[in-house]
Amino acid sequence: MATVTEAPPTPAPVAPEKKPPRKRGRRTPYLLLLPGLLWLVVFFALPVIYQASTSVQTGSLEEGYEVTWHFATYWDALSEYWPQFVRSVLYAASATVLCLLLGYPLAYLIAFRAGRWRNLIMILVIAPFFTSFLIRTLAWKTILADGGPVVGALDALHVLDVTAFLGWTAGDRVLATPLAVVCGLTYNFLPFMILPLYTSLERIDPRLHEAAGDLYAEPSTTFRKVTFPLSMPGVVSGTLLTFIPASGDYINADLLGSTDTRMAGNVIQSQFLRILDYPTAAALSFILMAAVLAVVTVHIRKSGTEDLV
Amino acid sequence: MAFVKWFRRNLVVIAGLLTLAYLLLPNVVVTVFSLNRPKGRFNYQWQEFSTDAWRDPCGVSGLCESLGLSLQIAFWATLGATLLGTMIAFALVRYRFRARGAVNSLIFLPMAMPEVVMAASLLTLFLNMGAELGFWTVLIAHIMFCLSFVVVAVKARVMSMDPRLEQAAQDLYAGPVQTFLRVTLPIAAPGIAAGALLAFALSFDDFIITNFNAGSTVTFPMFVWGSAQRGTPVQINVIGTAMFVVAVLLVLVSMAVGNRRRRQKA
Repeated sequence: MATVTEAPPTPAPVAPEKKPPRKRGRRTPYLLLLPGLLWLVVFFALPVIYQASTSVQTGSLEEGYEVTWHFATYWDALSEYWPQFVRSVLYAASATVLCLLLGYPLAYLIAFRAGRWRNLIMILVIAPFFTSFLIRTLAWKTILADGGPVVGALDALHVLDVTAFLGWTAGDRVLATPLAVVCGLTYNFLPFMILPLYTSLERIDPRLHEAAGDLYAEPSTTFRKVTFPLSMPGVVSGTLLTFIPASGDYINADLLGSTDTRMAGNVIQSQFLRILDYPTAAALSFILMAAVLAVVTVHIRKSGTEDLV
Repeated sequence: MAFVKWFRRNLVVIAGLLTLAYLLLPNVVVTVFSLNRPKGRFNYQWQEFSTDAWRDPCGVSGLCESLGLSLQIAFWATLGATLLGTMIAFALVRYRFRARGAVNSLIFLPMAMPEVVMAASLLTLFLNMGAELGFWTVLIAHIMFCLSFVVVAVKARVMSMDPRLEQAAQDLYAGPVQTFLRVTLPIAAPGIAAGALLAFALSFDDFIITNFNAGSTVTFPMFVWGSAQRGTPVQINVIGTAMFVVAVLLVLVSMAVGNRRRRQKA
């Protein structure tokens, strides 16, 4: 936690002493912060505390709930829904790796090779954001439809035999299988990978590449020893920006998957909105939150960067 | 041999363009299927060319109402989040005060938490307060999750500002209000605009938080979600296509305007 909550390094702020002394100077920062922070405390921090208390309550919807410090809810929730949690982590991790593999070349292309096409490609990466992502996710139903051209091609290339053997697809179907869900997750969060990667790649001085070339480095060596290490901040924030939302997503699993591909988000959603078992639902979402924060902390520590956003 | 060499040299470009194709493929499908005349309830298979849906985009009951509601919520959420977020960003960059670390983590945490967790905890709060779910709860939620993104966008811009410009204004006897309105605000404007744009896009497209906190209120993403179960009208593809085209055009125009201004200044 400690690492996550530390402020990203900021350049030394302007020392107030240097400004002409003002009477209201001391109160100004607090007045500026107050409304926004109040909003976040009341509608973000307080709800999390409420939820913590809900997760240790017992009772029923009709008779009301009471805090009884019933921690067994956590155990029951985990023992019943651990497959969905494991699946969430697996799917989100696969989608993150795929996003990195797919996103890196495109970010590199925009940063170094696009020339006058740079702005146009940038627009094409961002513009889909403005078409409702639900509509675009539904489009994958058409693309991956049974007997459609994509599935037909994969079948002809015997790709489906391999993926079916691995358990990623079932028979000659792609829809309603893990592959479809991971494909949707990858697609949905790809821009969140590309943008930070591009930002960090763009900061690299192209003369470093020339220098590496002058010192007889092969292009692949230049990439391995110069470009990739320098793009690490982008890799770290990109992987977090894809992993975090992907691990809590229930839309792709719902639209493109089946009951066998349900993720933690699906369970939380149905507990809260359909089954109305609030203690279990709260416990489940706390487990997800703890898992994600743990992953974030470890990831940031390991990569040694705190400059996230 | 020559081809292999060319292929190796342009490997990055080829891979990048393939990714771009992957990103745009659904948009192409949405556009093509906006010109379909489906048989039955679902618009997943190509049947027959037709421009019916384009001539009557509001022909499905509830669609344009939900679109209007989403635009309204996005507008107010953008206004609220931009105002509150800009104030926080200025305080964080310009002043030293106690509890900066705590403030920074309160800003960061909403971005580091899966949306479903935030949505669920907010719902617990509203249920406990006995609040009626609807327009207001959605608006409150949207301002909450857009706020952090605005702070980050504005902070980046304000941090790169030269504080000496403001000192110069004050040396020239500009009052604090005058300095802020005529020097500080114009320089920070691009950051504020970027934050506002992000907030608008996030709010307009949000599904998860709205799904939990909307009650029976139907925003556009909720309408699409509902239609996915009942059968998607072609009009949804029309709206999706139109939004994409409008977004591209807006960016192109704003870039053209920016270029011309830069040229005039030079």
